[in-house]
Order: sequence, then C-alpha cells, then structure tokens
Amino acid sequence: MSDKKNDKSKVRIDAHSRMPTTGHQWDGIEELNTPLPRWWVWTFWLTVLWAIAYAIAYPAWPTLSGGTSGLFGWNSRSQLAQEVTELNVTRAPIFAKLKNASLEEIEANPDLLSAARMVGAAAFANNCAACHGVGGGGSKGYANLNDDDWIWGGHLNEIRTTIEHGARWDTDKATHSASMPAFGRDGLLTADQISILADHVRTFAELPDAKAPTAEGQKLYDDNCAACHGIEGRGNIETGAPNLTDAIWLYGSDKPTIISRIKNGGGGVMPAWSEKLDETTIKALSVYVHSLGGGQ
Amino acid sequence: MSLIESQDTLLGIEPFVEPAHRIYPKKIDGQFRRIKWSIQFLTLGIYYLLPFVRWNRGLNAPSQAVLVDLPHRKFYFFFIEIWPQEFYYATGLLILAALILFLMNAVAGRIWCGYMCPQTVWTDFFMTTERWIEGDSRERLNLDAAPWSLDKARKKIAKHLIWFLIAWWTGGAWVLYFADAPTLVHSLATLQAGSGEAYLWILILTFTTYVFAGVMREKLCLHACPWPRIQAALTDEYALNVTYRYDRGEPRMSLKQAKALRAQNLHAGDCVDCGQCVAVCPTGVDIRKGSQLGCIQCGLCIDACDAIMTKIHRPARLSGYDTDLNVKHRQCGAAETYKLFRPRTIIYLALILAIGGFMTLNLATRSDAHVSILHDRNPTAVRLKDGGTRNGYTARFSNMKNTPRKFTLEVIGVTNLHVDVIGEEKKIDGKILIEIGPDQTQETRILVATPQENEHKNQASLTFRLTDPDSNQIIDVKDSFIWP
Repeated sequence: MSDKKNDKSKVRIDAHSRMPTTGHQWDGIEELNTPLPRWWVWTFWLTVLWAIAYAIAYPAWPTLSGGTSGLFGWNSRSQLAQEVTELNVTRAPIFAKLKNASLEEIEANPDLLSAARMVGAAAFANNCAACHGVGGGGSKGYANLNDDDWIWGGHLNEIRTTIEHGARWDTDKATHSASMPAFGRDGLLTADQISILADHVRTFAELPDAKAPTAEGQKLYDDNCAACHGIEGRGNIETGAPNLTDAIWLYGSDKPTIISRIKNGGGGVMPAWSEKLDETTIKALSVYVHSLGGGQ
Repeated sequence: MSLIESQDTLLGIEPFVEPAHRIYPKKIDGQFRRIKWSIQFLTLGIYYLLPFVRWNRGLNAPSQAVLVDLPHRKFYFFFIEIWPQEFYYATGLLILAALILFLMNAVAGRIWCGYMCPQTVWTDFFMTTERWIEGDSRERLNLDAAPWSLDKARKKIAKHLIWFLIAWWTGGAWVLYFADAPTLVHSLATLQAGSGEAYLWILILTFTTYVFAGVMREKLCLHACPWPRIQAALTDEYALNVTYRYDRGEPRMSLKQAKALRAQNLHAGDCVDCGQCVAVCPTGVDIRKGSQLGCIQCGLCIDACDAIMTKIHRPARLSGYDTDLNVKHRQCGAAETYKLFRPRTIIYLALILAIGGFMTLNLATRSDAHVSILHDRNPTAVRLKDGGTRNGYTARFSNMKNTPRKFTLEVIGVTNLHVDVIGEEKKIDGKILIEIGPDQTQETRILVATPQENEHKNQASLTFRLTDPDSNQIIDVKDSFIWP
C-alpha cells in the first residue's frame, strides 16, 4: 500500500474503461470512480425521507408505557373496530328482519332465506364444522345433517331447540338429556344376551347379512329397548333414540359396533350454543341446517 | 462525464456509454406530417370523448357506450356486453391485436410506432405545445442554453403548466371509462368522488403521461420499449421501411459539384448533406445510416428531404418508404421488386381473418344465459333413511338479458330421480320453474335423490337441462351422480 490518500493530482481517465479514477491506488492497482446513478441516489434519499415522515405520521416507536401514536392517531385495532361497525351498519336491516321473522317466514322469503343461508354457512363453518364436517356430512358418532334421519327431530323448531340447548350438555337445563343405559357395563344384560339382542336388532333394518329374528331376541328387545326405541324399532325423538329400521346408522351397522353400543350406552354430546351465539345467528343456523336437504 | 467526452473527442472514438443528450426536433410540414396530424386528431379525439358517448341499453343497464363496470363485473362495448366468464374475448382481441401489429410490420415496417403508438401520439402532442410556447428548434436550443431570466421562467412555467393540464386531462379521461362519465366528472369537480380511488388513478396517470411524453419521450422507445426489438426479429427484406435511397443520394456533394459532374454525364449524389432529415427527427437518428432501432419510421425525414429536393429542383423521395433490397437492385441495374402478397403477409392475414371470423361468429351465437353446476364436495353423497341416495349441487343461473327470464329445470340420466330446488316451489308440467332477474346471477341449491334400487357402484352421468318455455332454448350442463 503505497498511497491511500485521495490524491486529486492522480485522478485520471483509465485508458481501458474510460472511467475516471479516484486517485486511490494499491500496488499500482487503481480504483475506478463509478458513482451510483443519480436517479438511484435520489430514490434512496426519498425513501429515507419517506421513512422519517412515516415514523412521525404513524405509530412507530415503542415507549415505556406503550408507543407513539402518530400524527393521525391511526392504528390497526381501531380500524378493525371501525370496519366491524360499518359492517354491522350495512347488515343491520337484514339482521333486523331475520330477528323479527319466524323461521317459517324466513324460509318462505327468498331474500331472507338467502341471507340466513349465508349467515348460517359462516356460523356453521366457525362453530359446527369441527364435529359435523364442513358440509355437515358428519362422521361416526356425529350426525350427518344432510340426511333425512333426525335423532332430535328435523323440523325447523326442533333443529333450533337442539342448537340452542345442545345434547347432554349439563350446564343447560333444557338440554336433550336422555341417554342410553350401559346395559353391559352396568350388568343389566349378560354378554350372551347382548349378542342375541344385537343379532335381533340387525333384523329390523333388513341388513343383507342379518340372521333370522329370534323369539329370545324379540323378548330381550321388548323388555329393554322398546320403551325408547319403540316396539317396531322406529325410534323416538323425545328420547333421542335413533330409528333402528332405516338405512342410517350413526355409529355403524356391523355387529361388534352394535354390541359396543348396547354394552356402553351413552350418546354424543353437543354444546348448548345459546351460551355462545346470539338468537339471530342461531335462527340463521337452524334455517341453514334445515336447508341442507334433510329438513322436515 | 465532460472529462470523458472531451477526451473521447480528442481520441476520436465513439463513447463507451452514449452520453445523455436532448434533441430539439424541427418543425416540418408535408404529406406524412399531415397523415400524422389526422391520426393524432382521430386517436386523441376518440380517447378523450368516447366515455361521453351514450348507448341506450334499457332500464336495467348503464347507458355508457364503452364502460368497464368493475363493481358489477361487466364490460360494455356498444351493443356487446361481456361477463367475467367471457373474458376470453379479451384474450382473443389481444391475439388479434398482436397479429395485426405483425401484419402492419410485414407490410410497412413500424407504422404503429410512427403514427399510432400512444407514446408517439402524446409525445407529438407535448412537442406541439412546446413548439407553440418556446418556438422552433433553434429558439428552444437557445432558450435552454440561456441563463435564467424572467422571460425564460415565464415560458418554462407556461409550458409545464400546459403539459400538466394535458397529462391531468389524460388521466382524468382514463377513469371515465370505469364509471358513468358525466356523473363522475360532476363528482370529481365537486370533490365528492367516493373513496378517492379515482383521484389516485388520475394522479398516477397524470404522472406517467407527464414523464413519458414530456421528459422521457424517445428514450422510452430507445431503452424501454420491447417492440423495436421484437419487430427487428419479425421484419424481412420486402417490408417497406423509411429508407434513404443511397443509390441516388451518394456520394454526397454540393449542388455545384453535382452540376459539374452531371454536365459530364457522370453520376452525382443528390444528397446535399443539409442535415434536415436529422433536424426534424423526433428520435434524433440519421436515416442515412440505414435501418436502425432508433427509427420509429414516422416519415418526417421524408417530408424534410422532399422540401429540400423541391427547392433544388431535383426529384422528391430521396428518402421514402422502400426496401434495402430495391436499393441494391437499382444499384446493379436489376428491376425493383415489391411483394405485398408473400407467405408472411398471407399467413398473418389468414390468421387474422380466421380468428376474427371465429370470434365474431362466437359472439353472434353466444348464449344469453349460463348455468354452472358444482357438485357438493362434503359430503359427496348422502344415504337416506329408505336406503336411497341423495347428491347436492350448487347451481348458478345467469341471465345475461336485461329482462327477467323463466326457465324450467329437468335432470336427466338416472331413472326415478327426485329433484328439489331449495326455495323454488313453482312448477310447469312437473318441471321446476327457475326465475332469474334481469342481468342477474342467482345461486341455488339443487338436491337430486334416487331410490335404493338404482344403487350402483360407479358414478352415473347427469344432465341438468334448462329450457326456456317461450323460445325453446335449451342449455345442457353435465355433472355426475355419486353413490356412497
């Protein structure tokens, strides 16, 4: 390093590139002076100015008790609050109509029906889809809401009651509380009796691999099951006892599953949504579920 | 920079990077200038006035002839109304535009660049105002070189103010294509234009117009535009280009010398090297150097040269729309060749006619109603109590007429189907009636059920058939039925 000083007298034009040198040289190697393009420098300074102005105009710096609030007092939280308020204002007229109309009136009016279905679909995705599936298709132990088989009733008001109070939801006094006894676990029936009963129950729906009905099975059924499921096995929405004669099985129609159900009893649990959702949303949800296809 | 330039000048070498320089094109009148005036008048007129042209579409549709209705997702062009699902028409138009550009290029080079490109049209517009305020080439050069004075400031401020107004009006005209023009003009003028979106777009387009047409001008053509590069790859030896006929022009010499040579029956060049062709060029090129990227082929150099040739009593068109091939042919005494119809132009023309014809036919025969059917994804199939199966579908019916319409719906494909449309109770001859409002899309849920005896392991194909009972128009949409 012979000379690091910016020696103006050594500034010259490089013969090869025809660019001026800075006058710096190291062991005879010279540094070319290729300044940044002017537009680049200007853009750079503009962004610096912009950043400073931005930091003054908008919340930017943390302080001990919070942060600077900026010249305009803008923040994302109040913007959200404002947007929600605006949304509520635009929704208010249709929500008011939904609130005042009966469920039947909502279904009869195309505008209200379409609004209720939209509100209901959103509420369903947020609250119900976790158990009943995105499209209400259900799964083992969780009712399919698209079909025409209803444990607690498929009329508009029945659906609404179920959503409001849930099933076997202890904190709600009006909940559907009926539950199937655990015939095996509580020693009400022996394992052999349960097996015979299971075979007999499978004859009701005329399942393809069902055995012939037996007198012993019929007696066991009449003594233990008919009170809730009905003499013909057609079920009862008052007790939430499913219809045993149709093609729809909440837990499955194979023998081991039926044995397990008789042995352990109980039933699914559904929250009472009136604890969480407002009346209009529940009405919209009822209409939505009713319109999925199985509504009675 | 000045250091390098001076050294380069001393060394007599072309600069490594061409230093930025300003060009001061001179005013010229002539045949091509007049063509340019008329095209400029026409294109600018269309651009600024078209939003105000009215077109009666009845009560339920806007009455603006050309309108991009973004909130309602419709595009109106006189009698044509395009819905978003028909956006392929726009794609077709772009393909047509590209092919027409190729054809223009094959016939007469960059006539798009020289006469019709917005960059050219607005630059010309800005130059005209500049010339009006600051004077012609020489005066402008002197004004820029002169020290600041009250007169210079007055001229500069006036020029930029007028440029700004033109740019602002250009941006303003653009937003008028997106809303009812008279209403928007009124709300813009009274500062009531909604969310400020319109103001923002006007601001952006004012800025781009001002910068592109006022400041950047030919630099955009030289350094930013891809078309000169593309067209260089598309051109061939038969395409007419603005050409300096060097067979006639070279060697350059004074009139006196030429006269002396001609007296001895020797060849003398017609070019007197007056430099007028360079002086009038809006991109500052010298056409005598041959075909080049910087030349937008506006023909102004032809006008300039013709004026000089007339003055010195020599035939006009020393420069003209010609080909290098012809120049070479003339040089060696061969006949001139000009082929308008050659494979290139024929193929372009055939493609343009085919695509244009197909689009016109398609547009003329397109359906004024649309149906789309979407099968439920969750659950795909629902088992019913009686062992039957039901599938759910979301249907969208679009009525593209501006009167309410009625259709009947049938579902065909599987026997014993039971069809339900949520919210539609009315029936005609046992078929469900669908009513759709004018220019509206209606979303409905369709439930299709079939009894147990139809049970099938595979899917079955279904056809949703919409029939207009009045016109017997039938729209079929296919979907499938799935068993669990």
